[in-house]
Amino acid sequence: MNERGAAVRHDYETIAKWIAPGTKVLDLGCGDGSLLAYLSRNRAIRGYGVEIDDENILACIKNSVNVIQSDLESGLSVFESDSFDYVILSQTLQAMKNTESIIREMLRVGREGIVTFPNFGYWQNRVQILQGHMPVSSNLPYEWYDSPNIRLCTTRDFENFCAEHGVNILQRIVMNNGKVASFLPNLFGTLAVFRFTKGG
Amino acid sequence: MQDIGIVVPQCASFDSPLTLKSGAVLDAYQLVYETYGELNEAKSNAVLICHALSGNHHVAGFHSEDPKSAGWWNNMVGPGKPIDTGVFFVIGVNNLGGCHGSTGPASIDPKTGRPYGASFPVLTVDDWVESQARLADRLGIGAFAAVVGGSLGGMQALQWAISHPQRVRHVLAIASAPNLTVQNIAFNDVARQAILTDPDFHGGNFYAHGVIPKRGLRLARMLGHITYLSDDSMAKKFGRGLKKGSYNYGYDVEFEIESYLRYQGDKFAAQFDANTYLLMTKALDYFDPAHAHEGDLARAFAGAASEFLVISFTSDWRFSPARSREIVKALLDNELKVSHTEITSSYGHDSFLMVDEHYHAVVRAYMRNVAKGAA
Repeated sequence: MNERGAAVRHDYETIAKWIAPGTKVLDLGCGDGSLLAYLSRNRAIRGYGVEIDDENILACIKNSVNVIQSDLESGLSVFESDSFDYVILSQTLQAMKNTESIIREMLRVGREGIVTFPNFGYWQNRVQILQGHMPVSSNLPYEWYDSPNIRLCTTRDFENFCAEHGVNILQRIVMNNGKVASFLPNLFGTLAVFRFTKGG
Repeated sequence: MQDIGIVVPQCASFDSPLTLKSGAVLDAYQLVYETYGELNEAKSNAVLICHALSGNHHVAGFHSEDPKSAGWWNNMVGPGKPIDTGVFFVIGVNNLGGCHGSTGPASIDPKTGRPYGASFPVLTVDDWVESQARLADRLGIGAFAAVVGGSLGGMQALQWAISHPQRVRHVLAIASAPNLTVQNIAFNDVARQAILTDPDFHGGNFYAHGVIPKRGLRLARMLGHITYLSDDSMAKKFGRGLKKGSYNYGYDVEFEIESYLRYQGDKFAAQFDANTYLLMTKALDYFDPAHAHEGDLARAFAGAASEFLVISFTSDWRFSPARSREIVKALLDNELKVSHTEITSSYGHDSFLMVDEHYHAVVRAYMRNVAKGAA
């Protein structure tokens, strides 16, 4: 479902900076649990992950990460409201069908939400579309016919979504190759990282 | 992977009275148990395996050269197996009230010199945990690295975390539930009625009459057995296959499934005690840690301190994955460490006894972490 590798991904460090030490973190679509393991080493968090894939469940257990096997599409009913400081959805939003409900659930269960997703507005993606085909790159490594990414969006799309759904964006960082893309981020950034809370 | 080889059961006698949940008192009793592997110097590597309705202390290894004498969880417990006896000191114990050597309804009541029969007290999961704790004391085990059980055994593992939070570091609750569904209680009652209404039952004192309520016990087992399988697994194994290839328009065995169930029922009735069967089903019915907390399961686990692995199986309709999620929710509500996996399997409730690569890999990985903490 998502693209979690063994190496520390660029968004991990960015996310870690936003997580206060000793807090309680829920990672949705947690893959092999490497982000939670990273946060637990670097931020002393109490973490739980949600995953659907059998192999990832096994990997989480090997990594000593608490993991609950569940389908995010069916919600987070096993978690009480306001029971987490942060709920993270990392590189998974673009592969989910029920976008609105998962964002709603994240803000029910957690005080703050953090999402990361590949920025479809990145200039190389735009060029590939101008050349007449769907983008394939290291960030979007799939062909159109086998891609799990059914809800690709740009950073601007996500900002509009938040505005329309009463989601209050606290912080946004757009990255390219591990560096912050501050100039025209929707054009020059490959990876968007947002931190948000319930709108007032 | 190897097997443990021949194992010999041991027996521990207790003469300090055990007051049961029902208020009844057992003045003295014995527990039959087996151990596999070596207890380390720090006594930190002990694992208790709790058995289900028809199980016993013989978890792993063999009682003789006969391969049929293998323990009921020999695929899970042994050298190099998911619960590795090269790493852990594993204990299997026959529950009090059982019929495989621990004091039970067929044992002689020292007060009368006759079998307890109907006078043997009804036991609960809590009572079993207390008796197991006394066995742990006897073996010098302060805290278990893990308490593991499937089905009714999982209920005991959960009760350990509630009753003795400091004495169990990890709980593995497999194909279990926080209480029985009403449907399950109903199944149990039909099974009990089959036994109780058998003319050979004699109100539970059939020992004196030199008979056993075979018909009742057989029916009880046949009913139970159906519920431990799934519709799919029965269809796959037996289909509508006919013993003789065509309909006979009578009441003898015709379908393969009839033959199988009757065989299983007969085999079970020849070796299991009817009073023990009644007692085990009641213990299942009564188990409900939330009952003392206005139905709030989270409050039942408020004092727990263990880490948990909860495992359920997709085709298990007697102890369904939804019931395991109730356990998981209560543990999450208490901010306890917990992982839950739902194994894709077609074998129904019996899945927990079967070899499944992913299931065993998960238990193996979890137990490796348990071992790290026990080293």
